[in-house]
Amino acid sequence: MTKKLTRRQVAWRIAQDIEEGNYVNLGIGQPELVANFIPADREIVFHSENGILGMGPEPGPNEVDYDLINAGKKPVTMLPGGSFFHHADSFGMIRGNHLDICVLGAFQVSEKGDLANWSTGGPDAVPAVGGAMDLAVGARLVFVMTDHNTKKGDAKIVRKCTYPLTGPGVVNTIYSDIAVIDVRPDGLVVREKVPGISFDELQARTEAQIGGRASCRELSAPEIE
Amino acid sequence: MINKIVDTLQDAVSTIEDGAIVLISGFGESGNPTELTHALIDHGARELTLVNNNAGNGHVGLAALLESGNVRKMVCSFPRSTDSGVFDNLYREGKIELEVVPQGTLAERIRAAGAGIGGFYTKTSIGTPLADGKERRTYNCEEYVLEEPLHADFALVKADLADRWGNLTYRLAARNFGPIMCSAARTTIVQARQIVPLGDIPPETVVTPGIYVDYIVEVTNPASEREMIENGVHYVSGAAE
Repeated sequence: MTKKLTRRQVAWRIAQDIEEGNYVNLGIGQPELVANFIPADREIVFHSENGILGMGPEPGPNEVDYDLINAGKKPVTMLPGGSFFHHADSFGMIRGNHLDICVLGAFQVSEKGDLANWSTGGPDAVPAVGGAMDLAVGARLVFVMTDHNTKKGDAKIVRKCTYPLTGPGVVNTIYSDIAVIDVRPDGLVVREKVPGISFDELQARTEAQIGGRASCRELSAPEIE
Repeated sequence: MINKIVDTLQDAVSTIEDGAIVLISGFGESGNPTELTHALIDHGARELTLVNNNAGNGHVGLAALLESGNVRKMVCSFPRSTDSGVFDNLYREGKIELEVVPQGTLAERIRAAGAGIGGFYTKTSIGTPLADGKERRTYNCEEYVLEEPLHADFALVKADLADRWGNLTYRLAARNFGPIMCSAARTTIVQARQIVPLGDIPPETVVTPGIYVDYIVEVTNPASEREMIENGVHYVSGAAE
């Protein structure tokens, strides 16, 4: 049986790859979970694109202040050392390559690291892009957090994205619920996969060609409530 | 004596004309000039183009202005939210034009307008449909797209402290678009939580210098859009009087 990671376990796995001193932006939604699993001995500075560095965890019920929210419009807190700045400065930081890592969700990632995460191109959809395109081109490393396949079982890691792109060739590493895959100049290389699935099965669930059959390690995460 | 203070919200917005391009500060619900926005509904200027990161929530503030039928076009980065039904319906019915701009490009276009920059090249949106039809240029082997400044006729901005010269501070992350919007409009109208005597804001803590500000009105207890939405408030013209 294939033992998939839960979303919180994927978030834990991503957190292990965030290093001491990194400036990190977590995308809206699932990527926000990553903040819960940063190892206690690492000091990380979280950026929120509305204009915060040094963002802290969710406030207690009596500390909520809606002038202090994150990009997902949820209340947050400030850590000692934090700062506020206006929106143009915030995106200057992003585009100017000052962030070490951003973690984004995805509809599709291609074998060249193209990312599609803002529009399914549907005729009735209201287009909305937010800061995704800026983060995709600006962060030094772009990590994608995603289920490996859609609910219908379709591949999300594809040869060529069929949805409108957020950015071409921007993704560095894909963290799915069954594998960690690096985007390299010569293609996708599996760094880790869950033990319950063979490399051939992983390939079958990935439309793009994947390498790393001989070198890939076991992907595991602690049990998380 | 310089005195940018006006007594009422109605006076503050009284010069906004039909067809104006209006920047409205705020991100989500932090930094929204809700009272000025409601005063603009009452004022009744039509055929407006609005610029905000989002497209309003519920039936208050920006959403109520959209619902008034006085808005021709919305420029924003992220119109969708859990409670953006007013905009969604107008858009689907073809009653409003939408220009979607990546968030950083939106901010930089506003900043450029305020800083006298005629345009700038950014990597953001290269390879995406949002770069279609725009001039491109290659620097250091990387492709960039030309974006133009976003000038406005008016800005409606929420600040925390203000003085009669128009120096401003902002609360926490409510700063967001305020400083750049103040700089990018021909006329900048500010609602401040408190107007303090000149000199009370230490110079090193002034975030927006008064040169960018034209009118200030004090709104001591600004409404929480969240509470209004939770209480089912639908703002309609005249309710502020």
